[in-house]
Amino acid sequence: MAMDSPAVEIIDLVKRYGRTTAIDGLSLRAARGAVTAVLGPNGAGKTSTVEICEGFRRPDGGTVSVLGLDPARPELRARVGVMLQSGGVPPAMRCGEWLRLVARFYAHPLDPAALLDRLGLAEHARTPYRRLSGGQQQRVSLAAAVIGRPELVFLDEPTAGLDPQARHACWELVAALRAAGVSVVLTTHHMDEAEKLSDHVVIIDHGRVVAEGTPASLTGAERQLRFRARPGLALDELLTALPAGSAAKESPAGHYIIEGQVGPELLATVTAWCAAEGVTADDLSIERRTLEDVFLELTGRELR
Amino acid sequence: MTVNTPAPGPDLTPAGAAAPLPAMVLAQAGAEIRATLRNGEQLLLTMIIPVLLLVGFSSAPLVDVGGGSRVDFTTPGVLALAVMSTAFTGQAIATGFERRYGVLKRLGATPLSRTGLLLAKTLAVVAVEAVQVAVIAGVALALGWRPGGSPLAALALIVLGTAAFSGLGLLMAGTLRAEATLAGANLVYLLLLGCGGVIFPLSAFPDAVEPVLELLPISALAGGLRAVLSGGSGLPLAGAAVLAAWAALTLGLASRTFRWE
Repeated sequence: MAMDSPAVEIIDLVKRYGRTTAIDGLSLRAARGAVTAVLGPNGAGKTSTVEICEGFRRPDGGTVSVLGLDPARPELRARVGVMLQSGGVPPAMRCGEWLRLVARFYAHPLDPAALLDRLGLAEHARTPYRRLSGGQQQRVSLAAAVIGRPELVFLDEPTAGLDPQARHACWELVAALRAAGVSVVLTTHHMDEAEKLSDHVVIIDHGRVVAEGTPASLTGAERQLRFRARPGLALDELLTALPAGSAAKESPAGHYIIEGQVGPELLATVTAWCAAEGVTADDLSIERRTLEDVFLELTGRELR
Repeated sequence: MTVNTPAPGPDLTPAGAAAPLPAMVLAQAGAEIRATLRNGEQLLLTMIIPVLLLVGFSSAPLVDVGGGSRVDFTTPGVLALAVMSTAFTGQAIATGFERRYGVLKRLGATPLSRTGLLLAKTLAVVAVEAVQVAVIAGVALALGWRPGGSPLAALALIVLGTAAFSGLGLLMAGTLRAEATLAGANLVYLLLLGCGGVIFPLSAFPDAVEPVLELLPISALAGGLRAVLSGGSGLPLAGAAVLAAWAALTLGLASRTFRWE
């Protein structure tokens, strides 16, 4: 088996729907045994990209290889687990029955009852799918994606609409998959999810990759000083007092962000300046940039 | 020396491999049969309506059957209706909604191939038909039905009819919206029930339309089964040819136009 090929390799992918170009020269690589998060706003091309990898759609340009093979190859169906963004389960079918059915398509499946138990669905095994809450339905789909013991799992927005507890169960399962050596590719528009779960983050917008790297490399080592105060402070004066290379901005009104060599000196300068201005800095904190900040800088848009 | 401790939760170590095709097909067919037998509307369509028609039209002089035994006239028509209700109406509606709910798409991501899925659907249709034939024949025999003719010829007609009606059902399910399939499949069912020689003999229609009605798949199946089971004839070639033509046309079109999403 060609273990040296990546889990997913996409080069210059193009996908059009009529006159709309949904994916516009996208390239990415998901390593084996790692969790890769594809991050982007609605309509960025996340689902189209994943569905091409799953073999549901054919690309209009570029090359895609999944476990070293063309995504259309039937032998991949047994080695790749899929969680669709929604639906996929007969509404009248009991969820335990659905998992037992899907299990029977594989030679070495997980025990459906144990899997339901792990995802906190044991008492719903006899409940028809349509009577489950949205979060429970998501977890049934997640269970069906892993029940065949795949090498690679695609999860399209696995935690959309989940309550915190269900989201945690999902995160734990993704961590367990990774620990067992399974490659995971997931899409999300939750930054915290990408930061917590993934080894590699690919940010896409308008069908292209705008940035990628580990969560730490994307957010950078740089820290920020943040505080709240009355709007309209004269930041120019503060800047002259700060070390060269520092930056200060008010965004949104009343929220101040100072970037640069954030250390004791800079902190002292800022608080002294506040005292001189007669303002109290509320919620003063030193933080790393978040993926949310990175995304905003790259695209000029909020993620959600 | 190391000691193995059981890992918490299921063993997620990759071991992805497909089950053998027959096992997959049987699993899917079993799920489809259970879904049909559990669904109230499907049972009404496949069991209750045919049995009620059989009992009603065999007992009461509601139509002129031309002098023969009422139950001998009605039973073959009701058997044809049963085949149509399962292979066409039930399958069209179920498949249409499976497509709409993304079930067909999701199954496409499992090792069950499209061929395997179609085999499973065929197997499920045939199994439900076997139950229908047993129930209808049992009721008819209790009502005094005296079937004649070749059982093999009757079976051949049912197989051809199943292929023709499945093709028609999958053609609708694979191209129309689920709601349109639901409405259309019920409408076609009623029209064919009324105009296809199931209960009312085709001779009751004006002479000008009778040859056209004879080209309907339901007329070919009901008339053919009647010729074999009540008339004692061998395989009626004209009826068999009509069914084979419908099967080739609809299955061919369905395989070209079917959309899985």
